[in-house]
Amino acid sequence: MTTTSLTSSRGAGRAGDKVFSGATLAAGCLILAVLFGVALFLVIQAIPAFTAPAADIQGGKGFFAYIWPIVVGTLIAAIIALVIATPIAIGVALFISHYAPRKLASGLGYVVDLLAAIPSVIYGAWGAAFLAKEIAPAYDWLATNMGWLPIFHGPASATGKTILTAGIVLSVMVLPIITSLSREIFLQTPKLHEEAALALGATRWEMIKMAVLPFARPGIISAVMLGLGRALGETMAVALVLSSGALTASLIQSGNQTIAAEIALNFPEASGLKVSTLIAAGLVLFVITLAVNMVARWIISRHKEFSGAN
Amino acid sequence: MTSTLTPARKRSALTKGQLPKFAPYVVLAVALVLGAAILALIGFNAFGWGIVSAILFAAGLVGWSAAVEGSRKAKDKLATCLVVGSFLVALLPLISVIWTVLVNGIPGIITPGFLGTSMNGVTGVYDNRAAEGGGPVLGGIYHALLGTVQITLLATVISVPVGLLTAIYLVEYGNDRPLARAITFFVDVMTGIPSIVAGLFAAAFFFAVVGPGTKTGAVAAVALSVLMIPVVVRSSEEMLKIVPNELREAAYALGVRKWRTILKVVIPTAISGIASGVTLAIARVIGETAPILVTAGFATSINNNVFGGWMASLPTFIYTQILNPTSPSNPDPSSQRAWGAALVLIILVMLLNLGARLIARVFAPKTGR
Repeated sequence: MTTTSLTSSRGAGRAGDKVFSGATLAAGCLILAVLFGVALFLVIQAIPAFTAPAADIQGGKGFFAYIWPIVVGTLIAAIIALVIATPIAIGVALFISHYAPRKLASGLGYVVDLLAAIPSVIYGAWGAAFLAKEIAPAYDWLATNMGWLPIFHGPASATGKTILTAGIVLSVMVLPIITSLSREIFLQTPKLHEEAALALGATRWEMIKMAVLPFARPGIISAVMLGLGRALGETMAVALVLSSGALTASLIQSGNQTIAAEIALNFPEASGLKVSTLIAAGLVLFVITLAVNMVARWIISRHKEFSGAN
Repeated sequence: MTSTLTPARKRSALTKGQLPKFAPYVVLAVALVLGAAILALIGFNAFGWGIVSAILFAAGLVGWSAAVEGSRKAKDKLATCLVVGSFLVALLPLISVIWTVLVNGIPGIITPGFLGTSMNGVTGVYDNRAAEGGGPVLGGIYHALLGTVQITLLATVISVPVGLLTAIYLVEYGNDRPLARAITFFVDVMTGIPSIVAGLFAAAFFFAVVGPGTKTGAVAAVALSVLMIPVVVRSSEEMLKIVPNELREAAYALGVRKWRTILKVVIPTAISGIASGVTLAIARVIGETAPILVTAGFATSINNNVFGGWMASLPTFIYTQILNPTSPSNPDPSSQRAWGAALVLIILVMLLNLGARLIARVFAPKTGR
């Protein structure tokens, strides 16, 4: 291609080229500036929370004592979501890519994408009004029969508004993300590998185990990490479903809190140092999700070099 | 014809040890009957029936297959059951959410004045009266609908030019330079910013620049733009990439300048994909609650000015009506309004998704003759 020599020739319209390429460059730089600005302004507004005397922060023991229980709560909710969503999402992705009739596959993919289209506040309302009520008897059962496990320690919440319910709602929300990414990777498995496995007499499951899953492993890992990023930052499902409280080990009692829900519940009425504390909490969330997403993207980009996947 | 011959045919050695074709149906029927019987013993409900029957079906089919066909085929059957089962499980929440919203939302939406009035002046007194059967449920979502439309429109006006120009830079000018690679990477990273952090950024930015406590529709629009720009960039980039290079080269060969080639050849070819990507991006941000919650405040009255004063939106309306009912002692009218608003929101999002598909199909470039 010799396009560069063509565009650098003389004549009218040269200014147009300059202006247009300048505008596109500026837009690209603006995006970098915005991301930098997100970090910068969060830090600026959060500084008072770090420098304030410990007694002034909510809880009276300083910012660190305030933030770590909700960081742990965030991780618990996200891990529950991933433990539930990952196997189901991989199953759904396999169903759409290798099991469903070819004609139905794209339609079924669209149905799963509908899950992603439903706004998070509606999931929250559904979790609070429907799921929590339906699932409360199951928690009772868990508390009486599995109560010796610390995570199922009773008495179970009567309303069902627990971190486990919030985790289940979160798992529904991350499911379409993991599904759509894994599906793309599964479809990129080299056809020759699959056909070779089948020709050697492998059953469909053996073919998937030998040809599809090894090829897709890095893709699945990064899809799960992107789902983790979403689960960590999801606000409404937790804010509406969880009746929050202090950090507890039991998943079926009310208690625990996540960063995002803490901000959403308190920010509208906050003022002064409380605003700074909440923005600092947002900064912590930002750093955690940024790290998770960067690792996921790095895995994808490393994988891209030898497979053509992205 | 063939079916009449089947009994007479000898079974070949190759098909020996195979389950008959009708095996899954037989197992399914047995599983359904057994499931119903078990559930009848412990108290019948449809959900439990489905679960028990599914487990019985999987166990029966795998067990039969293991006995007749051997362990490899049995494992294959088990995997098939699990994969199909996981798809059915994934459908459950979708059906349940849509059903819940429909059942709870329809009474709200058919209340007269629901779409045309705001919550201005609607207090707990009216709700208490409505809950006791002494009057209609007053109040509606007009102000929230108006706020959502204004905020989303402003966010679109900010995001689309920035996102589209960036995509053009990446595809047409970037040439895999370090800057282009950095932008691609950070756009991907930006896709993962939690929505509440985007809201906090906009709030922190306006607190620092305009003054503490600045909460308007415009702040919310900036927050939504942070979420929307990466989506627009990604989808437009994909669409620009699939414009065939021959078109660009043909334009260059005719002496057309690069910027005019992009404006007159590349973008018109990709416009259907770009437009549907933008529509999907709008559908994504229109339901965002958290960023609006921390940037636009709560309003109960109509606000036509995006740049001044608190503003309501559909998602925050749902959120506040559920968490802080207008009448704390009688939350039912509030929850009726919340579900009505949820139904309207879900219809909006589904229409946008459908619109995106239609745009992609109708405005797709004509191919060949």
